[in-house]
Amino acid sequence: MTKTRIDARFAALKAEGRAAFVAYVMAGDPDYATGLEILKGLPGAGADLIEVGFPFSDPMAEGPPIQRAALRALNKGMTLSKTLQMIAAFRQVDQTTPIVLMGYANPLINRGFETFARDAAAAGADGLIVVDIPPEEADPLADALDAEQLSLLLLSTPTSDDARLKIILKRTSGFAYYVSVAGVTGVKEADAATVAPHVERVRAAGGLPVCVGFGIKTPERAAAVARVADGVVVGSALVDEVAEALAVNESVTARVLSKVNSLAKAVRSARVESLTV
Amino acid sequence: MNAPSPAPNDYSAYPDAQGRFGDYGGRYVPETLMPLVHELDAAYRAAKADPAFQAELSSFLTHYVGRPSPLYFAERLTQHYGGAKIYLKREELNHTGSHKINNCMGQILLARRMGKTRIIAETGAGQHGVASATVCARFGLPCVVYMGAVDVERQKPNVFRMNLLGAQVEAVTSGSATLKDAMNEALRDWVTNVHDTYYMIGTAAGMHPYPEMVRDFQSVIGQEVREQMMAAEGRLPDAVVACVGGGSNAIGIFHPFLNDEGVRLYGVEAAGEGMDSGRHAAAINGGRPGVLHGNMTYLLQDPEGQITEAHSISAGLDYPGIGPEHSWLHDVGRATYLTATDQDSLEAFTLLAQLEGILPAIESAHALARLPEVVKDVGKDGIVVLNLSGRGDKDVATVAAHLGRTI
Ligand SMILES: Cc1ncc(COP(=O)(O)O)c(C=O)c1O
Repeated sequence: MTKTRIDARFAALKAEGRAAFVAYVMAGDPDYATGLEILKGLPGAGADLIEVGFPFSDPMAEGPPIQRAALRALNKGMTLSKTLQMIAAFRQVDQTTPIVLMGYANPLINRGFETFARDAAAAGADGLIVVDIPPEEADPLADALDAEQLSLLLLSTPTSDDARLKIILKRTSGFAYYVSVAGVTGVKEADAATVAPHVERVRAAGGLPVCVGFGIKTPERAAAVARVADGVVVGSALVDEVAEALAVNESVTARVLSKVNSLAKAVRSARVESLTV
Repeated sequence: MNAPSPAPNDYSAYPDAQGRFGDYGGRYVPETLMPLVHELDAAYRAAKADPAFQAELSSFLTHYVGRPSPLYFAERLTQHYGGAKIYLKREELNHTGSHKINNCMGQILLARRMGKTRIIAETGAGQHGVASATVCARFGLPCVVYMGAVDVERQKPNVFRMNLLGAQVEAVTSGSATLKDAMNEALRDWVTNVHDTYYMIGTAAGMHPYPEMVRDFQSVIGQEVREQMMAAEGRLPDAVVACVGGGSNAIGIFHPFLNDEGVRLYGVEAAGEGMDSGRHAAAINGGRPGVLHGNMTYLLQDPEGQITEAHSISAGLDYPGIGPEHSWLHDVGRATYLTATDQDSLEAFTLLAQLEGILPAIESAHALARLPEVVKDVGKDGIVVLNLSGRGDKDVATVAAHLGRTI
């Protein structure tokens, strides 16, 4: 009953009265061993949920940071199977932090949706985001995931009107993911004031917790979005820490986790501060 | 993949409303683009049904592009092979030197109709980039062309032509720095500039409605061939041959013949250094179905579903995918897909130059290279039409390098 891991986490956060900090990492970046070490360290550093990217050669909605992360992982031999293996290893030390896989259609099609869903559920994943599968193409995948009680999270974006939001959220479970900018990851910056009414629209259309991602890089920005949404996703800024650490020959794990820590702190204190100011 | 779709009685009735040719095609794009794709689809359908749009397009094709292009009986080439009569459809005589302008003219008129103010395009050989830059100049719209850095290097004359025409050429260094990466980058631009930008895709691939729309704009080639062949020979040809990159010149000449099952259709994919070498660009002959750039189609990919690099002497064929309609025509057996190596194509290139006084594009030379087999297939009394999709001036430096000469 993996779906309940996501639901349980959001219920707990709601009780605490704060937003979730969702950390995105690319599986196997910069290599399998370090990637697993980072993954295992994320909950302790403050990640409430984890998005695990599985690399694809042609990530059309990714900006340079995640493109480069995918290349680093692929060059070290990362695959979808090894991504699932990594999640299974993580589950040996953590049974409660939800994990959502994120990537592109072709590696999934290549494996077959049913086989993938079975393997992902067995590994301990909770949900899946596929950037290039819009609701129009989602049914076969959604059916396969449903059969394994895995959540499909279809993305909502600034160009999705209310009619589309309904269609998107009809086949979405776990939480709603709002892409805060029209653009690729890691380039434009999200603005909390602009995002807020869209979060309301998405919440109204689906009744699910709404997490916001795609343009959040700094603790300040994360805190601002945490005041208007149920969760804040940071990806590019984390994979940039991998690149930075490699460039200056520092511990990749330490650098990534320290960034996660500062972002998570900002998210955790966001609403408390907003009450006092 | 599921089993191939059953052969339908009407091959020309595809795609369906979902953009499917059997299992192939579709709209695998990020949600941000999905509303734009619907908008484009609606606008295209309205334009297609509007006689004023068709009349405007037809007028520009006549007076600006120079249509109809001749259907030329290649007498010496015919004698050389000693069999079926060979006709060349002279798309290389179009303005800008290839079939690409047919599609660009249609799409620029559509973009204007939609009120778009900025055009983006991807290009491999630079022929689509030049055609895009040309129509943008003609209609006064800014144009950004994404081109792989490797292609910028091997197609320098076309880069300069685009610059002269006022287009901005963006060299793409990600991935293999060729056509597929240029397409990724163009899609990233589109996702970022959703309000004013029109993406002018250069081949019959990508997300629905592009494969259908580009095919329709290119079908003028096959429609003319029908009429010209009836005038010249009083009958339809026995075979039609075309090179296949994304597949626009091929589907353009094939489509009006799909329901004439007596007309054999041959597409020729680039075999690069040879199919056994693994260094080729033959999606159907060397790939498996999958999803890239918005459509389900045959793709070059590794066992994990990562897209692998294509290899071809021809920048215009150097793409790991193929338009979805070709994937379907292959599965249902309506068209046959052959391959030609770099070496075969170089030989065909020089042969046509010397026998007919025509320098073919190195892309088109791939189709020429398979003439011996096609001529044999249709027999001595047969008639073959080959789509000479472009002229070879852009390729002389590449050909010289392969012949070990300096110019
Ligand atoms: C002359 C010529 N022929 C063929 C092609 C291949 O494209 P398609 O398969 O879409 O016709 C190109 C592409 O650049 C080209 O320039």
